[in-house]
Amino acid sequence: MELNQRDLRLIAAIQHGLPLSPRPYAEVGERIGLSEQEVIARIRALQARGVIKRFGVVVRHHECGYGANAMVVWDVPNGDVDEVGRRFARFPFVTLCYRRPRRPPEWPYNLYTMIHGRDRAHVLAQLAGLIEKTGAQAIAHRVLFSKRRFKQRGAQYVPPETARAPAPLKQAAG
Amino acid sequence: MDAIDRAIVNTLQGGFPLSERPYAEAAREIGIDEAELLRRLERLLADRVLSRFGPMYHAERLGGALTLAALRVPEGEFERVAEIVNGFPEVAHNYAREHEFNMWFVLATETPERRAEAIQAIERATGLRVYDFPKQEEYYVGLRFEA
Repeated sequence: MELNQRDLRLIAAIQHGLPLSPRPYAEVGERIGLSEQEVIARIRALQARGVIKRFGVVVRHHECGYGANAMVVWDVPNGDVDEVGRRFARFPFVTLCYRRPRRPPEWPYNLYTMIHGRDRAHVLAQLAGLIEKTGAQAIAHRVLFSKRRFKQRGAQYVPPETARAPAPLKQAAG
Repeated sequence: MDAIDRAIVNTLQGGFPLSERPYAEAAREIGIDEAELLRRLERLLADRVLSRFGPMYHAERLGGALTLAALRVPEGEFERVAEIVNGFPEVAHNYAREHEFNMWFVLATETPERRAEAIQAIERATGLRVYDFPKQEEYYVGLRFEA
């Protein structure tokens, strides 16, 4: 199903957040020329089609007491990577698990897991547990702790001007 | 963050109600009233515990592209390069990591073509090779982040 202009306007209007007011869907609708019910129905449809992956709080892990995060990268034989990825993804402290291309010779890794913890020792203990429980001792890996975060914003998916309702007639200047 | 803030973060990670008074509905589940939920969400955003309250989109299903990219930035040039990279609106977040590949950022673009252009523009502006690691497969993790 193709996204139409109304969907795109709605997507742009809420991409940086839902209004914090008692009737948020009515407010969004007013801005882009849709009724409250239409906004609700379209968001529901966008969720059903997976265009909206989830709808709610977007947490900054660091401020929630999860002070350490490590990107752990693995060099998994190509034939095993899907099975290993699915196994790693089951651990509750693994918040992302992706297969990505290797860039040999400098970068042989093809599986990425993000592990969050209260501090570095906590992250490493969780990683040791994961290796032990999955029998992954033979898979070469590297732990890349983050030192600093420069920028974290929600990605901008659609240009903000898409969010504007059709321009109203200009008021005569007084 | 107190116990109510934690309950808000843990309850509202997905499945926000689609009804006329969604905050009232969600507040009932948490055991507070609508006005308090709105007040607390405002504060959590102002304190930057939350970066956003709203939808998380699937970039590819929107026709866009999302990729992870890395740079090997020579010692001493890190600040200069970070400033350049962060200046690109397509860069959604950027982390310094402990490795020879020491700068890692996510690029979100409106189209796949724009992704390639942004990578080339970053290479020209920084004079460094951008290593591009687009997602090939995502293994499902339940959302279980506990505040």
